[in-house]
Amino acid sequence: MIQTLHKLWRNHGGLHLDYHKEDSNAAPVRHLPMAEELIIPLQQHSGYKPTLTVKAGDYVYKGQEIASHTGFMKVPLHASTSGTITAIEERPIAHPSGLSDLCIILKPDGKDDWDNARMLAYPNPSQVDGEILRQRICAAGIVGMGGAVFPAAIKLNVHDNIPIETLVINGAECEPYITCDDRLMREKPVEILRGVQIMMHIIATQRCLIGIEDNKPEAIAAMQAAREELGDQRIEIIPIPTLYPSGSEKQLIKILTGKEVPSGGRPATIGIVCHNPATARAIYRAVVLGEPLIDRYLTITGKGVAQPCNVEVPLGTPIQHLIAHSGGYTPAAKRLAMGGPMMGISLHTDQIPVVKATNCILVSDIPESEQQPALPCIRCGRCAEACPANLLPQQLYWHSRARDFDKAEQYHLFDCIECGCCAYVCPSHIRLVDYYRFAKAEIRTQRDAKTKANIARERHDFHQERLERAKREKAEKLAKHKAQAQTTTDDGKKAAIQAALERAKAKKAEAAAQTTTGETTE
Amino acid sequence: MIFSKRTSPYVSGKQDVSSIMRQVLYALIPGTAVLIWYFGWGMLSNLVLAIVFAELLEWGMLTLRQRPVRPFLSDYSAVVTAWLLAVAMPAFSPWWLIAIAMIFAIVIAKHLYGGLGYNPFNPAMVGYAAVLVSYPVQMTIWPAPVDFSVVHIDLGQTLQHVFAGSAQGWDALSAATPLDAVKVSLSLNKPLSDIYATGQFGLLAGQAWEWVSLAWLLGGLWLLWQRIIGWQIPVALLGTLALMASVFWLIDAQAYASPLFHLFSGAAMLGAFFIATDPVSASTTPTGKLFYAGGIGLFTYIIRTWGGYPDAIAFSVIIMNMAVPLLDYYTQPRVYGTKRGLQG
Ligand code: SF4
Ligand code: SF4
Repeated sequence: MIQTLHKLWRNHGGLHLDYHKEDSNAAPVRHLPMAEELIIPLQQHSGYKPTLTVKAGDYVYKGQEIASHTGFMKVPLHASTSGTITAIEERPIAHPSGLSDLCIILKPDGKDDWDNARMLAYPNPSQVDGEILRQRICAAGIVGMGGAVFPAAIKLNVHDNIPIETLVINGAECEPYITCDDRLMREKPVEILRGVQIMMHIIATQRCLIGIEDNKPEAIAAMQAAREELGDQRIEIIPIPTLYPSGSEKQLIKILTGKEVPSGGRPATIGIVCHNPATARAIYRAVVLGEPLIDRYLTITGKGVAQPCNVEVPLGTPIQHLIAHSGGYTPAAKRLAMGGPMMGISLHTDQIPVVKATNCILVSDIPESEQQPALPCIRCGRCAEACPANLLPQQLYWHSRARDFDKAEQYHLFDCIECGCCAYVCPSHIRLVDYYRFAKAEIRTQRDAKTKANIARERHDFHQERLERAKREKAEKLAKHKAQAQTTTDDGKKAAIQAALERAKAKKAEAAAQTTTGETTE
Repeated sequence: MIFSKRTSPYVSGKQDVSSIMRQVLYALIPGTAVLIWYFGWGMLSNLVLAIVFAELLEWGMLTLRQRPVRPFLSDYSAVVTAWLLAVAMPAFSPWWLIAIAMIFAIVIAKHLYGGLGYNPFNPAMVGYAAVLVSYPVQMTIWPAPVDFSVVHIDLGQTLQHVFAGSAQGWDALSAATPLDAVKVSLSLNKPLSDIYATGQFGLLAGQAWEWVSLAWLLGGLWLLWQRIIGWQIPVALLGTLALMASVFWLIDAQAYASPLFHLFSGAAMLGAFFIATDPVSASTTPTGKLFYAGGIGLFTYIIRTWGGYPDAIAFSVIIMNMAVPLLDYYTQPRVYGTKRGLQG
């Protein structure tokens, strides 16, 4: 192995976990037979849903767009294989809420036919304008494939005022059990690096740091070799110590660059863009081969599956199908999660499909410690020792539990990355992260309500103001009219009074002349 | 197939409250063994009585407060409290003295404040301080630490003393602890060299007592090694105590006891590794722990040297317990991506 001399920085806290990587990382990635039906949820990334462009009964080719992107934050979807759209209906999806959502149901015809659904290929991306490539990445439906599922094209949209100095590739894969990036880096290092070069071209940066945890020596070696092959001196492959959660974006950036992403900010604010190796490879395929994102590497593992392995499967493949082709469930299978044991989402059914964000299907048993009831916090501080964000989890817990959200925010609740280190070490078995999720959700709802109320109030005020103005204008107009009318009537009045006075005078004079008592008339 | 849902993380570490408390108990064994070696049945009776009272009171309070009894009784926290009190109280303590101390510790300091995790004061030290203030005579009669095999006080005599009051000739056995001896002599303006010449002092501090302290140190180091406690509290406590003692000792070695004497006398070692490290009532931030334990060391020296009591760990711990909320607030670590200090 080539030893790099790159200086590394340390984060606070972190954990050494039981990694179980060797359960699944020994064999090359497998390709499974096509599933009976593919289930493609319409919403796959944060932000808004794309717009459907197919209807039930349509025949689609592989790679054909089935939902389109219009506007910011919207990423299209593509058919993972050729076949017929049999339905567009609600199905259970991978979401913490366990709710169902609109899915496109595709019945494969077995031909896996692209027809001419491939996009125009750019075999020489360095000759192409960056913005065109960025548009392509968006059109290919690429999102962050490490789990964050943020549209990749948006992350690559750099602004002139903050130049991007460094592209960080997150090959840490720090969660236990997951090995799909490990396999990908071993098997497709050149594709990853060519994707990296495309990104560097788009964001016009001259430095790329690829961080890989040192429990993946084969991946590191393969990536080093690929870099030699490409001869790109701008790219550095950097082994980093294995310590959960070094693969968290913020933590990795600190390890590799010594810089901290400011609280509430994005890496771009400190001149860094961070992507995952799988995303880099997807970008390579989208640009150089013209293929949209329709499949991915993922790990099927845990005590609950007979033959843990890595597979490359079309998006939309139901988990059930994956398990059936990994030797089925073992008697230990009690819990199903998408993602790793520290941050994955628990699923209630295996009818849920693989989506762009799915890096791992973990089938596990229920550990004994779970049956123990939570005890009160004994303030031991182990959570604070483990927290990679250097928070005081026990204080966050205390204030979240008491619903004292202002205090929780003062203790930097929103800098919590929900890595689960605190809950892992807590000797009282308190489900700490649940309290943070709850508090964050509550605060967001309150804020939303507040913004909504503010908007409503503003609207109301505006409306009121408009009414008022209308009223005022009306009143002014009226006043003007009146004034005009008044001047005319006033003149008349004056004349009348004058006339009356004169008449009275005349009468007086008359009366005086007649020497009668004329007071009564006055 | 339908799976049971759960929020992440799905795995957890191996330490839990009862395993931590158990390890603390293991670490207390060497020091306790040395105490038993010197005080025989007198220390064993302390221990047994304290634990029995503690568990009964814990059970009673949990039942009264309508809390689940089993998970809390099996967390061993009451046993730790009882054990710490038992080894801090004079051997052959009468049963009622132990009972009163345990009532203060378990009922008042722990459960009336909300039970495990909610007590701002260290329960064992509240119990200790309460009986020390109320029964200073009983609390300062330590029998002379004699080799168990030399002066044999058997179980029957012990029980009689503990439950029925003093047997004849009992007083003859008692002796001032080294801290006491030093204090009394100094108050009579005797130079320390005279006291040391009396022969009840060993290499580090009082004979016997230095062995007890060394045994506590051993257990404490094991706790550090096992990562049950952090280094901050013992280091800051002993460091401050030693620093204060050194300064005055260098000024006048005849009027002020040496730093080694302070470290290896009384409850300094027990306090540094087992009492001040009680997580519930200590500061939780790393910097806060330094100030907290440093404060205990400082007050211990001050009270030992100029105060009315020979030993001072209990009072110092209680004083610093009061400062914890403030310490915790002002010593928050710098959060990733932020400037130091509180937000907003
Ligand atoms: S680890 Fe658990 S018990 Fe310890 S301070 Fe944190 S929340 Fe409290
Ligand atoms: S979940 Fe949040 S509070 Fe807990 S260790 Fe991770 S970042 Fe810290």
